Amino acid sequence: MEMMSGAAMVVRTLKDIGVKHVFGYPGGAVLDIYDALYAQTDVEHVLVRHEQAAAHMADGYARSTGLTGTVLVTSGPGATNTLTGIATAYMDSIPMVILSGQVPSKHIGEDAFQETDMVGCSRPIVKHSFLVKRAIDIPEAIAKAFYIASTGRPGPVVVDLPKDIVNVAEEHPYVFPTDVTMRSYNPTLKGHNKQIKKAVSTLLEAKRPVIYVGGGAVISEASALVTEIAEKLQAPVTSTLMGLGAFSSTHDQFVGMLGMHGRLEANKAMHNADCILALGARFDDRVTNNVEKFCPHATIIHVDIDPASISKTIAVHIPVVGSVDKVAEQLLEQMGKVDAKAQKAKLADWWQQVNQWRERDCLAYQKDSKLIKPQEVIESLYKHTKGEAYVSSDVGQHQMFAALYYPFAKPRRWINSGGLGTMGFGLPAAMGVQMAHPDAISAVVTGDGSIQMNIQELATCLQYNLPIKIISLNNRALGMVRQWQDMIYKGRHSHSYMDSMPDFVKLAEAYGHVGIRVTDPAELDDAMARCFAMKDRLVFMDIEIDQNEHVYPMQIKFGAMDDMRLSKTERT
Amino acid sequence: MKRILSVLMENAPGSLSRIVGVFSQRGYNVDSLCVAPTDDKSLSRVTITTQADDKVIEQITKQVNKLIDVLKVVDLTDGSHVERELMLIKVATRSELVRSEIHRNVDIFRAQIVDVDSTNYTIQVTGTSDKLDAFAHTLGQTTEIIEASRTGICGLARGEKALRP
Ligand SMILES: Cc1ncc(C[n+]2csc(CCOP(=O)(O)OP(=O)(O)O)c2C)c(N)n1
Repeated sequence: MEMMSGAAMVVRTLKDIGVKHVFGYPGGAVLDIYDALYAQTDVEHVLVRHEQAAAHMADGYARSTGLTGTVLVTSGPGATNTLTGIATAYMDSIPMVILSGQVPSKHIGEDAFQETDMVGCSRPIVKHSFLVKRAIDIPEAIAKAFYIASTGRPGPVVVDLPKDIVNVAEEHPYVFPTDVTMRSYNPTLKGHNKQIKKAVSTLLEAKRPVIYVGGGAVISEASALVTEIAEKLQAPVTSTLMGLGAFSSTHDQFVGMLGMHGRLEANKAMHNADCILALGARFDDRVTNNVEKFCPHATIIHVDIDPASISKTIAVHIPVVGSVDKVAEQLLEQMGKVDAKAQKAKLADWWQQVNQWRERDCLAYQKDSKLIKPQEVIESLYKHTKGEAYVSSDVGQHQMFAALYYPFAKPRRWINSGGLGTMGFGLPAAMGVQMAHPDAISAVVTGDGSIQMNIQELATCLQYNLPIKIISLNNRALGMVRQWQDMIYKGRHSHSYMDSMPDFVKLAEAYGHVGIRVTDPAELDDAMARCFAMKDRLVFMDIEIDQNEHVYPMQIKFGAMDDMRLSKTERT
Repeated sequence: MKRILSVLMENAPGSLSRIVGVFSQRGYNVDSLCVAPTDDKSLSRVTITTQADDKVIEQITKQVNKLIDVLKVVDLTDGSHVERELMLIKVATRSELVRSEIHRNVDIFRAQIVDVDSTNYTIQVTGTSDKLDAFAHTLGQTTEIIEASRTGICGLARGEKALRP
């Protein structure tokens, strides 16, 4: 049996699990682990500048690959700094393992230096957590953490490691666990046959069906299957913010994102549907609007791996507990040969209606403005990346513009904090993406507010040569807040604009990168071309956009799904 | 509506706090909580009493079930079940009259005097929560209640149904 220290076991376990990258920041309680990292090359450690960013990087890494992101931080402030990142991952069901240092076992509870109860602090925002008590338990705890994080409905798992058990001076036998299954944890993957039958007959009888795709379709790698179902049924397909790309946004059955800032045709289709097939979506309040008025005519089929998501906000008629991929296979099998042509003919009236809504062209915007419009920036980004980029986003108007105006054709290309809405997520997430896909384009769409919430990571980008393209829609304001203030608070812009904005070009340069400022719509295309021509450099595009632009469409509070504002003056 | 949830979970550090966390985090009330290891020491059985309608109890059950350490959850109030609670109650015994009145009530409620002191009795009583309430109320009319401690409800389904791994 191999003998090694607890610290060496941590690193060795990661290696044996197949972890390639760990995002972290050192400190007293984890110095032993850092020492064990020093003398090896199997696991690459990426040194961030703030622990929150380590969690977001691991998150971006996980979202863009499907692998589990790994974080390593010290006790106390190191651990608490990751909490926003953990909560972000939790809300979006992202697999992540957070290894946090802890004060030595005998000091736990003494309010020792840099002691926080990390298991307690993180409890409401993790899938599970472990406080490891003995060095020999390290491999099993970490292996279980990865197993739990990545299976079922994924999520973050914390492993808290007291300093004494990772002591480099004491050796213990290392055994990598061969079996990590637990009697108390058995996620249901396959749907119940009776429910599958009911679902299929309802779908085939429907006259106005809609497929509502969510993040679960991305997580379970079900794109091809979802597409097959959609093409068999010939139904309109809409997607949540989290599901974008699982069904191609360029497919002609796609009616766009739904919800608060969804497309009119998507929300209309939902509201008027007689049957909704929800695949890995959770009827979030940013989708449903007023639950009492939600989709009054629809028989709802809800496929979700988490039983607790079913009938949480909306009572559904045909629940199917299972992973989207497995259930999609079952649905397809049950459907057997469906004559797509006949389906199409059957749904002709429905499509005619949907196309009428489409004709309203709810994403139209003013094209001859003297100011740069945020929508055209995203369209330009799409053009210059040929729709192939990994696009991470921060939170605000720019996020919605990116979601609406960049048609994602593949899953795992759209990386954003949907559930928690974490400003400061974008840049570190894009870094995690770039780490995982060194040859791909990793762009981040951000705003002048959000980018300043983790801007210190520009230093990390330099250290690891991450040629991220930062597309900052600079409106000199906390745009989304300002939009609400315009709409609801009579334009009283309480603390939603920023005085003393830094010179972002100089700032980028100070960090060793390239900065480009664009203020004239006529220069936008050329500037974008220059940006993407610099393949090996991080480029910060500081794009001065129209400060008064609002994101539309937008649901009207307390209304039905399809009660929307379509512009500053028009409503449905 | 009163609900009694019975939960079988790993007897591991942190398990209980996660269950309690589900209640506090999601705004559900815990009326009583009763926890102890089962015949199999690696497992604990938790009985939680709460007030909830059908929709809420469904969510609570699902959220508790979702916890990694939890093996099983049942709502005992769903079917016929046996429920019991135990109370220890200490009462003042100032006069012979009071003492005899207490003895009479102890007999009626099939309680037991488990400790005696020159000025007080400690009485044990088991039964449904209603019975315990009634007993305390009755004693309170006779004498001064010094203190009382209740275990909270624990229960089992009737018949062959069982909560086992
Ligand atoms: C950490 C955090 N704090 C506050 C908010 C609330 N919030 C949502 S959008 C927004 C404004 C974002 O401004 P900016 O990044 O400049 O983007 P814009 O809306 O202007 O495109 C704020 C403050 C948030 N989502 N996250």
